[in-house]
Amino acid sequence: MTDFLLELRSEEIPARMQAGARADLEKLFRKALDAAGLKAGEVTVWSTPRRLALIARDLPLATEAVSEETKGPKTSAPEQALEGFLRKTGLTKDQLTERDGVWFAVTEKPGRATKDVLAEAIPAIIRAFPWPKSQRWGAASLSTESLRWVRPLSGIVAILGEDLVECEIGGVTSGYATRGHRFHHDGEITIGGASDYAEKLRACHVIVDHVERETLVREKAKAAAEAAGLVLVEDEGLVIENAGLTEWPVPLLGRFDEAFLDVPPEVIQLTARVNQKYFVCNYPPQNGEGDHAQHGGGGSPVTQRPTDSPLHHPAGGPPPRAGEDGRLANAFVCTANIEAKDGGVAIVDGNRKVLAARLSDARFFWEQDKKKPLSVHAEKLGRITFHEKLGTVADKVERVAKLARWLVEEGIVGATGSPAKAGASGSSAQPHEVPAFAGTQAELADQAELAARLCKADLVTEMVGEFPELQGLMGGYYARAEGLPDAVADAIRDHYKPVGQGDDVPTAPVTVAVALADKLDTLVGFFAIKQGPTGSRDPFALRRAALGFIRVVLENSLRFELLDVIGRSILRFIDERAYRGMTESDFIAAKDWLDEFQKDVDVTLPAFFADRLKVQQREAGVRHDLIDAVFALGGEDDLVRLLARVHALQAFVTTEDGTNLLAGYKRAANILKKEGFTASDLIPTDGEEDPMVMVDDPAFEGIADQMFSAAGAPAYQAEPAEQALVDALNAAEPQADSAIAAEDFTSAMAALASLRGPIDAFFDGVTVNDADANKRASRLALLDRFRAAVHKVADFSRIEG
Amino acid sequence: MPVDLARPIGQSPGIMAEPTQQPLSLQDMILRLHSFWSEQGCLILQPYDMRMGAGTFHPATTLRALGPEPWNAAFVQPCRRPTDGRYGENPNRLQHYYQYQVILKPSPENLQELYLQSLGVIGIDPLVHDIRFVEDDWESPTLGAWGLGWEVWCDGMEVTQFTYFQQMGGFDCKPVAGELTYGLERLAMYIQGVDNVYDLAFNSHGVTYGEVFLENEKQMSKWNFEVADTDSLFEGFRRAEAECVRSLEAGVPIAAYEQAIEASHLFNLLQARGVISVQERASYMGRVRDLARGSCEAHMEKNADQWAAKYPEWSN
Repeated sequence: MTDFLLELRSEEIPARMQAGARADLEKLFRKALDAAGLKAGEVTVWSTPRRLALIARDLPLATEAVSEETKGPKTSAPEQALEGFLRKTGLTKDQLTERDGVWFAVTEKPGRATKDVLAEAIPAIIRAFPWPKSQRWGAASLSTESLRWVRPLSGIVAILGEDLVECEIGGVTSGYATRGHRFHHDGEITIGGASDYAEKLRACHVIVDHVERETLVREKAKAAAEAAGLVLVEDEGLVIENAGLTEWPVPLLGRFDEAFLDVPPEVIQLTARVNQKYFVCNYPPQNGEGDHAQHGGGGSPVTQRPTDSPLHHPAGGPPPRAGEDGRLANAFVCTANIEAKDGGVAIVDGNRKVLAARLSDARFFWEQDKKKPLSVHAEKLGRITFHEKLGTVADKVERVAKLARWLVEEGIVGATGSPAKAGASGSSAQPHEVPAFAGTQAELADQAELAARLCKADLVTEMVGEFPELQGLMGGYYARAEGLPDAVADAIRDHYKPVGQGDDVPTAPVTVAVALADKLDTLVGFFAIKQGPTGSRDPFALRRAALGFIRVVLENSLRFELLDVIGRSILRFIDERAYRGMTESDFIAAKDWLDEFQKDVDVTLPAFFADRLKVQQREAGVRHDLIDAVFALGGEDDLVRLLARVHALQAFVTTEDGTNLLAGYKRAANILKKEGFTASDLIPTDGEEDPMVMVDDPAFEGIADQMFSAAGAPAYQAEPAEQALVDALNAAEPQADSAIAAEDFTSAMAALASLRGPIDAFFDGVTVNDADANKRASRLALLDRFRAAVHKVADFSRIEG
Repeated sequence: MPVDLARPIGQSPGIMAEPTQQPLSLQDMILRLHSFWSEQGCLILQPYDMRMGAGTFHPATTLRALGPEPWNAAFVQPCRRPTDGRYGENPNRLQHYYQYQVILKPSPENLQELYLQSLGVIGIDPLVHDIRFVEDDWESPTLGAWGLGWEVWCDGMEVTQFTYFQQMGGFDCKPVAGELTYGLERLAMYIQGVDNVYDLAFNSHGVTYGEVFLENEKQMSKWNFEVADTDSLFEGFRRAEAECVRSLEAGVPIAAYEQAIEASHLFNLLQARGVISVQERASYMGRVRDLARGSCEAHMEKNADQWAAKYPEWSN
């Protein structure tokens, strides 16, 4: 047993590719070992910008000898068959063995030296390496067949135990020699093997273990901030990137001009991080950690997570400003790759200048943008195409503004918090009485419309042009700077939310109205032009929009019928066409088209929402079949109520009553199906139509009789269990109906649970398929009535198990 | 771990280690680069006498990157970026500036080492300054070209673009050329420790960059943004386009390529004048690309036989 070291040295490997390269190297190496029948102990892979290294422990020195037996023809087979077999195996007849009348060839494969296996494997691994992007280089690149690597490959160290594994690829020959740090060590270093590799490199200013470098960056950057009396804004992405850019990381703290702190902190952090890969620092909080919860903009009741990072502060109010604790400090931490002769004075000064130039640009954008109010910026939105079939961004803004106003005017979004919540737990459902908006409903409507009109204006500002990821956020800053109400500024800032899974959901009414209207307009628009997502393709991020919409609705308990709201959104597109001065015939054609797409959208979009709801609720542990069971009832398109039903259902089906009722339901449904009984589909039960229409059909005679008889009492002497079920239904149905009307689904389930005993007794004591056609029909009708009663809460046929 | 703890650092003067030594002037820096690359066997060429947006447009880069023949050259190329003009008011942005361009084909094995040595000759000590190769792949849709490489950072500032050309004019580079593009003003500002480009010492006898170029920046910014006659620019674009096509038909691809350079610059000027809409922009860029690619293609065709005869392993 011995250890193996492989180092592939190259010019600088992009930091973002190193993790993938480590995984690929290990995978390819293990595959090569497997193919040769070799087993290694622990395999470790390291990376620096200039090398990938692998150490495999406890490799055997040779592969084991194997003896392979190949079955040949029967001894009775014709001579040609045997000749063919001998040709194939390269043996002579006397080398074969015979067993049970069959020829066998035994070939002995001797063990191979591991060194030889590796010498073949290394070039194969290099050739097969799946870099995301690779290149050719040097004189060999006269041919496009020349070796490709992420950047020019410059050296291979391959040592098994203490022996060189000799191999060559693309003019690079393996050896014992490697190189140390680019600037701290001249010339070659001779490596003895896996055991001294890391330490020899360390002596030449290379820390080959990326995890060690990451730890170093993380801790020294923190320490540098602490030494300056500051708190580092931690950023694991930056830690990994800086460790991937250095072989000898030396974090250094520098200061920038305090005057730049006028620029929003998010901008400073983004510039520092994206362009320069610097960490930023905050002033320490005064009263220990977390006590400096930043305050939301006026009117926002959001409870905010205390945080030390403005960027990790998505739903909060304005970022901390001078005078508050925990605000951004005028300091940065860069990570050098050398221990500079002057201790880093020149490095820090150079980096400071670069950052200052970047921040000057940012401040220039900030000041330029603020010179014009958002309403003036918004005028340029007419020049930006939202989608060729859906008009410009200005068109979209117009639709969203009207829709946002409508949502408030309809009371869907209210100034005094959310309306009554659909109760999962009966009459205890209580409306939130939190004053979420300091103003009247009419003022709320005005602010929602205003915020919607301005919410996309920052897209044409210089700052968002430079940093697109600041969209929304900058709009919020500019709105506040021009003195717009905080509720409007917050709405502009937060209307894209929630963006990701962990993102906060807006709760401020103005924000809620704009966020909903914006997402709905996008969804309706793209579904109308049949650009809904297909498979893994979702170029307009509609899944995210639907998910965001659902979360805003549910977390704010907003009550409305989805189809109403979709209809209203569609109307915006219709209005827009009307504005465009079409001729009458154009308008009629457009109207037909719109009617058509309304039909389409009315079907496809709610189904899409249901799908998204399933995905979203899966994480909350809600069963998708239960959502289907409620959704399948049709007509339930109030998302809050739908989910309340689902929750009650999920609680119910896991109880013993629920399980048994489900079993009873399935039994009833099977019988009805077997008997081809579909009366509940055919006979209206809502009393609006004449049940007599079918009386002439002999097949329905019994049913008609039953429907005539009071409260479903059959026209013959019912058996006790039959009568008991009728009585139970008579009692349960009105209870379930009133509970459902009160949105108390738990009580509705409880009412249905009372049917469990009677239905079980019915199946035990009553023969459905009676010889008497009258009894048979009547009992089928009773089962159907039972099924219909259960359907008051959910389509149990969709429930699994 | 013998790593120094990070520590806050104050102001520092320019970067020259010896305070008595005067930092290199811009022109001395160029002379040292010339002499260094000349010693490496490069031809020292002069700037191309046409307006262009980057040294890569110089035929000594673009056309010479094609084909199998070795080619090693270094030159200064003035670059014109009309939209970057700031009327001389921005300390970092210019509509006219210099690039120092080195092209080595095939790319030598020690290209990175040569480059670092060249930083040494202009006074950058890599044990005082943090030199880093940060991923930055280069692509020019206009030239149908791309390559892999880095932007080279000196204390966080991008001072050079370092590229291994993989394709040019839509053709695989066989062999691959290494291209170095130094931002001369940036490097000089860094070496001299000045914050404003107009304060740069152009020579070591007291003439500043501002004295040479400030008035030029003011007037040219005004011309680029306000004065240039857009009708004649449009007309010029069409003429260059037509002339390029004619030249291609006449079998003179070098002349055709000059017209592609011309069209590209006229397009940049039209952009600065703000008369090309977003929608039109893509179409104009496509037209320039067609001219550049057409010229490269014709250049390949014209030379393919002779190259193949001389380099049997090479094939078009």
